[in-house]
Amino acid sequence: MTSPAPAKAHDAHAEHHELGFIRTYVFSTDHKMIGRQFLFMALFMMIIGGSLALMMRWELAWPEGSAGPNPNAGTQLMLKLFGDPASGDLPIPFTKWIPQPYMFDGHMPPEFYNAAFTMHATIMIFFVVMPILVGCFGNFLIPLMIGARDMAFPVLNMLSFWVGAVSGVIMLSSFLVPGGAAAGGWTAYAPLSAVSTYTGVTWGQHLWCISIIVLGISSLMGSINYITTIINMRAPGMTYFRMPLVVWSLFITAILLLLALPVLTAALAMLLLDRMAGTSFFLPAGGGEPLLWQHLFWFFGHPEVYIMILPAMGIGSEILPVFARKPIFGYRAMAFSMIGIAFLGWIVWGHHMFQSGMNPTLGTSFMISTMVIAVPSAIKTFNWLGTLWGGNIHFKVPMMFALGFVAMFVIGGLSGIFMASTPVDIFIHDTYFIVGHIHYVLFGGSIFALFGAIYYWFPKMFGRMTNPFLGHVHFWGTLIGFNGTFFPMHIIGVGGHMRRIYNPMQYEFLHPLQHWNVFMTLSALFLGLSQIRRTVTSARCCRPSTADRTSTARRRSKRTIYRRIASWRAARRPRTEDPRRDG
Amino acid sequence: MLSWWLPHNVSSYGGDVDYLFYLIFYITGVAWVLVQAAMLVFLFMYRHREGRRATYTHGNTTLEIMWTIVPALILVMLGFLSKSTWDAIRHTHPPSTTVVQITAKQFNWEVLYPGPDGKFETADDKMIENDLHVPVNEVVRVRLTSKDVIHSFFVPQFRLKQDAVPGRVIEVWFKATEPGVYELPCAELCGFGHSGMLGHVTVQTAEDYKAWVKDQWPS
Repeated sequence: MTSPAPAKAHDAHAEHHELGFIRTYVFSTDHKMIGRQFLFMALFMMIIGGSLALMMRWELAWPEGSAGPNPNAGTQLMLKLFGDPASGDLPIPFTKWIPQPYMFDGHMPPEFYNAAFTMHATIMIFFVVMPILVGCFGNFLIPLMIGARDMAFPVLNMLSFWVGAVSGVIMLSSFLVPGGAAAGGWTAYAPLSAVSTYTGVTWGQHLWCISIIVLGISSLMGSINYITTIINMRAPGMTYFRMPLVVWSLFITAILLLLALPVLTAALAMLLLDRMAGTSFFLPAGGGEPLLWQHLFWFFGHPEVYIMILPAMGIGSEILPVFARKPIFGYRAMAFSMIGIAFLGWIVWGHHMFQSGMNPTLGTSFMISTMVIAVPSAIKTFNWLGTLWGGNIHFKVPMMFALGFVAMFVIGGLSGIFMASTPVDIFIHDTYFIVGHIHYVLFGGSIFALFGAIYYWFPKMFGRMTNPFLGHVHFWGTLIGFNGTFFPMHIIGVGGHMRRIYNPMQYEFLHPLQHWNVFMTLSALFLGLSQIRRTVTSARCCRPSTADRTSTARRRSKRTIYRRIASWRAARRPRTEDPRRDG
Repeated sequence: MLSWWLPHNVSSYGGDVDYLFYLIFYITGVAWVLVQAAMLVFLFMYRHREGRRATYTHGNTTLEIMWTIVPALILVMLGFLSKSTWDAIRHTHPPSTTVVQITAKQFNWEVLYPGPDGKFETADDKMIENDLHVPVNEVVRVRLTSKDVIHSFFVPQFRLKQDAVPGRVIEVWFKATEPGVYELPCAELCGFGHSGMLGHVTVQTAEDYKAWVKDQWPS
């Protein structure tokens, strides 16, 4: 605990005493500091992942030379602002400095476009959503909510963060090696990912594999820690069915991580051997099987989806009751539906592979299990509505994000039913419909909940309040920008627009859909601008709060003088108030 | 009513796929409207007002059982409806005299026609890149494979998509119902040339198709 206790109390507790800067802020074993470290790492990565997404959106809306002939009003306005009306070219702004193999005259060549969407997905999934939901809030909340002093293995916890950070550095460094970063998609389907000549990427893909293997080690350390802590270190009286739902969700997530990640690690090791040692696990020329990669990847990949949405569900179940001023509706059903998801999550992976050449009979059984796994999510949604019913609802910023989470997650859940149906999936598989679906679940679901959680626990984490007005601006900007960016993806997907193509103008049947691409890009730019507010918040909280400073430093600080004045005033008044609320 | 959103359907089984699509669309659409409307009504009705207290409840078992069983029944019903269409497309292989072999490679479709003898690996086989000619209203069987990485054979108007996997031959079929030229993009990421990997399917009337065959094999 780093509470602002008096100096004398510090002497009494050795572990609070004389922890230098390095032990406090860098190699900390305090679960709360590790949680914050995960948060900062992930917010930094989010800027990179988001920038890649904006570049891709720009390229899709205005591929080389297509802006001039496009009569769309938005296009013509952007052309006047950022482009060259004479040539009709609209290059991506602020990218002229990026050298040639990556960018070409302000446009992305297809090689870099492929690397961009691969890295966007990899970064957002492995280095943004997972570190914040599991790394940050798992660390921060579990001990506090179950009444433990810290995690079961504090040093392992520290290692988990630093191994994760090394993995992030490896991943980012892959942009700089010759050939550029991995360009085989975040799903890295073999043989495309298994042979360097197919993508032209050598070390980029090697480093991608190595980075995820290293990250897998970090996640394993974290998940073992969470499971052990939750099983063994609950305070007396904190039975399993009294645990807050967010702890339940993190518990189940940790179990899924523990069981799913080794599968991915093994698959990545095989892929790396195929790439570097000449084996042919996934190469048919040597007797290997390309579909084996897909089975292994999605056997990890589908539980992974729940790893990213379960904590978000837990956070929603935590925030909604607080601001509706009533208990969660159907606590046990909420816990059991998460357990149900955890079991069913293992038998649905084949629904990613209906068109892969997998036996169609197997497709039918995966379709039925996929239909069934939609039920627990439906139960949760109805229970959230039940929580709102009869409440006394306060529309504070965290509540707005939690409500946004429920509303957007419903769309993501319902759109999933389309692709569960095998015949419909024949058409929408590999189109933008899928991209829309995944973003409604991961952005509309996970990231809305994650923003809600940041606003909700921000005062607890950093000892200061956030500005409610700016919070509401951030919420509405995000909600509007998000729907403008991702809802039309369903429309163009049903129009047949394939994913992972960098120039839709190459296909005649996509020309009538191009105005949607322009609209989505403008919305995405608005969405990006709306995030500046969040970036400012995270920059502000980098300054250590008064709660974290040592007593000596605090005595010197100007803030303490204010606090002393406040406490002196408070002492003269009959009613006491928390001076920290003044800031 | 059934064709206002999806691309124009020219396939014999496309209507069944579209029917399922719109069925799911209307069911999920109704569910979506009900959930969002309930949420908005609750947010308005139960917004914070001074002096009012929230209703204290931990849940309602009957209600919870109801909203578990109803979605489960609807979803399983959708599953069984989908199964019959899926079986008709993927399990049954109607007899056909028109067979082609399509080998995908970075970044082209190699269309191999068996020629007048109807057999592959004979002297009259003919390979044409990115150009598939088929007769209208006849079942066409496509034997799909790949030389290098995974590609995906996608004709939006046929409601047909199937990955072409190296080391495997996967057979799919379609029956085009309207003559015309349709685009044949690759739908699975296959490398830097994935965007722009494009062939064309020309569906021809019986006479036109005969004329085209005569043109190609003039013996």
